[in-house]
Amino acid sequence: MSSIITATNLVKQYPGVLAVDNINLSIPAGICFGLLGPNGAGKTTTIEMLEGIHMPTSGDVLYKGEPLGARYREEVGIQFQHTALQEFLTVRETLELFERLYQHTLPISELIELCSLGDIIERDTRKISGGQRQRLLLALALINDPELIFLDEPTTGLDPQARRNFWDLVNLVKSRKKTIVLTTHYMEEAYALCDEIAIMDKGRIVSQGTPAYLLSEHFGDVVLQIPATDAGNKLIESGLGAVAAGDQLEIRTNSLHHTLQLLMENGVNLDRLRIRAWTLEDLFINVTGKKLSP
Amino acid sequence: MKKFLAVLHARNMEFLRDRSALSWNLAMPFMLVIGLAFTFSSGNKDIYKIGIVGGVDRLAQVAPALHSTKHIQFIPYDDLQPAIDKVKHHQMDMLIDVSGAPKYWINTSSPNGYLLERIVWGTEGHQFERQIVEGAEIRYVDWFLPGILGMNMMFACLFGVGFVIVRYRKNGFLKRLKATPLGAFQFLLAQLVSRLLLIMVITTIVYTGCNLFIEFNMQGSYWVLLLVTTLGAMSMISIGLLIAAHTASEELAGGILNIVTWPMMLLSGAWFSLEGAQVWVQKLALIFPLTHMVSAARAIMNEGATLSQVMPHVWVLTATSVIFLAIGAYVFKWE
Repeated sequence: MSSIITATNLVKQYPGVLAVDNINLSIPAGICFGLLGPNGAGKTTTIEMLEGIHMPTSGDVLYKGEPLGARYREEVGIQFQHTALQEFLTVRETLELFERLYQHTLPISELIELCSLGDIIERDTRKISGGQRQRLLLALALINDPELIFLDEPTTGLDPQARRNFWDLVNLVKSRKKTIVLTTHYMEEAYALCDEIAIMDKGRIVSQGTPAYLLSEHFGDVVLQIPATDAGNKLIESGLGAVAAGDQLEIRTNSLHHTLQLLMENGVNLDRLRIRAWTLEDLFINVTGKKLSP
Repeated sequence: MKKFLAVLHARNMEFLRDRSALSWNLAMPFMLVIGLAFTFSSGNKDIYKIGIVGGVDRLAQVAPALHSTKHIQFIPYDDLQPAIDKVKHHQMDMLIDVSGAPKYWINTSSPNGYLLERIVWGTEGHQFERQIVEGAEIRYVDWFLPGILGMNMMFACLFGVGFVIVRYRKNGFLKRLKATPLGAFQFLLAQLVSRLLLIMVITTIVYTGCNLFIEFNMQGSYWVLLLVTTLGAMSMISIGLLIAAHTASEELAGGILNIVTWPMMLLSGAWFSLEGAQVWVQKLALIFPLTHMVSAARAIMNEGATLSQVMPHVWVLTATSVIFLAIGAYVFKWE
């Protein structure tokens, strides 16, 4: 698959802060690429250099093999983390304003349907909810029918229902063969939407690949969880390396069959045993040594 | 052109739907003109004004008693004709030419001129040759109107444009526009034209409305007045755009706008005439677009000046508009 956008040796130096430290990225066309990291990891700085909003201190960004230029502005769609809109305009008028800024655009009626804006189309943009606002901002990012779409933390601050609705919308956009570059704090969001992810920390990419590949690479084992009340001291004494995690005891093993046999031999009650899969959250803690916090 | 019109339309809608700002923009100049017209309707002045051609020092030699008379302000003039016009319009009480055999000009319909003539006769002035000038008085409100409307336009131009762009930059709207194919010049031009249209419409409404009550003196052409005020507004909007081109803080923008507006307000002749002020102050005043707009508007309205007569002002206003807009577009930052 050919790359739609590549970044080579990308560096952004602010006075006293190296925000992005020699990043290399190559994003294939048609995928959803997730950039993950805690606050201050350099995600937004990186994505804004890819967007052409900020110039890198050094390094190159190429779109379809060419430096970013006028064509890029016409073919890219961007949803910023924080965006104010022109005040006193309705949703429709806002769409019409941005429609006139591009040569090639999608019909507004199609965007209204795609982003479910029909109910609020004549409403003042200052009087719409957070979820409705994110849908409008996505519609603006899609107005020029872009091949490449940047979504910078698009669901931060939304309630769980609005977040899931937004994911459905992003999946709908993905089905149109668009390339999406997404930054997020939410691991479940990255898992639900992204075909490939890069984890950033302190301005560098510390791990990159498909979610499944990264999980298998970092975690060859599984975790067994047993309520502490069911196991008692038997489990601690069994030599299986059980550790307390809240009211549960957790055992990591890469030989599930053998471990279960040992537990039964030790008379541990397995009625409430659970096998927990590793998550991207675990992966993140594993590679950065810190927790993600929105 | 499509992009420019889109931004222009959106900005116009934003302004027109912001009822509180729109009401204030309309109400304030009305209140100022009507209020000041009543306040100054008596036209009281504390001192008499005598224009001197040939030098005030020369007057002191020729007529020392007159020169030392208190409560008379002597204003030096290089040329005779503009000074005679001042006497004609009651803007000056008397003119004395001491460059040759001393002469004085007096407007027979001016009460101040009548009284001053009797004072002058009590000094060496009774030997001066008497010249008569005929002409109706220009009421203070007629002199004052171009200044007050000009000043209102100045605030609307500078603060209206400057603060709006800084707000757009601060809340990220400019960053969103930067991500589109819209160019900086197209954006700034749309802001300029939007503000210009709104200011000209508001000023026309205020002028027409006040004219119903006060009936302003209008000797010249409304078209020339429209040209001069449009160029003046353009020039001042361009200054606002230049100030806002780089600034991200409303506090800083407010400070810079105040630094620009206060000297313009005091020195442009909007509130009071600079005749009699230090020469350097008069020269400094010429750097302000408001000075040129108000001077040209007064000349058109009160003296019937033609386009060719106000052409120097027109050139200055055109040049400053182009220069400030070009620099503003060059240094403009979306973020």
